Amino acid sequence: MADFDQELDASGLNCPLPILRAKKALAALDTGQVLHIIATDPGSVKDFEAFAKQTGNELVESREEGGKFHFLMKKN
Amino acid sequence: MSEKKLAIIATKGTLDWAYPPLILGSTAAALGYEVEIFCTFYGLQLLRKKMDLKVTSLGNPGMPMPMPMPVMVQALPGMQSMMTMMMKQKMKSKGVAGLEELRELCIEAEVRLVACQMTVDLFDFSTSDFIDGIEYGGAATFFEFAGESDITLFV
Repeated sequence: MADFDQELDASGLNCPLPILRAKKALAALDTGQVLHIIATDPGSVKDFEAFAKQTGNELVESREEGGKFHFLMKKN
Repeated sequence: MSEKKLAIIATKGTLDWAYPPLILGSTAAALGYEVEIFCTFYGLQLLRKKMDLKVTSLGNPGMPMPMPMPVMVQALPGMQSMMTMMMKQKMKSKGVAGLEELRELCIEAEVRLVACQMTVDLFDFSTSDFIDGIEYGGAATFFEFAGESDITLFV
């Protein structure tokens, strides 16, 4: 997995909390920095795609590993 | 990106139906929408200082039950509290946010919460029953925002 600047573990949280927590974490980052989000909510896969599309942040990576979903979101 | 707007009318005051306006409002705000939730009739419960909302299966045959239960039994005293407790436990175990948390996230994200003045008067509420920072207004107030909204929802 590529480098990241901060990690957010949203495991066990359900919609819309992973998105809302990610939004908050991104707000504290500088432009160009990357947030690594870990989630267990299967709905978060589509939701983070939609979040990136609508907020202009870049979803650099989205993958599943060991029953968890990992996202790399670059702040734009 | 020009800011989009979402206007929601919240009319229901049960534990389950309090979720859609607060989930959609907080999420839209996170996506960059400007959001207003206009609370009328039982939707005013969303603005109470203490949100003590209940859920019931009465009149709601669509609610999944852990075991089959005749309606007469569902109507017994204490059943509503029990169902509310079970629903809250279930939500907690599934990682679903609490209503207070979602409302707090809405407020943080500057979602405009509006109490319908007519129904505030109708139910003899006073402003001290509600959280601070909300607005009070009528139908025209709603349309002022809804008229220029991209999305309007009635819940």
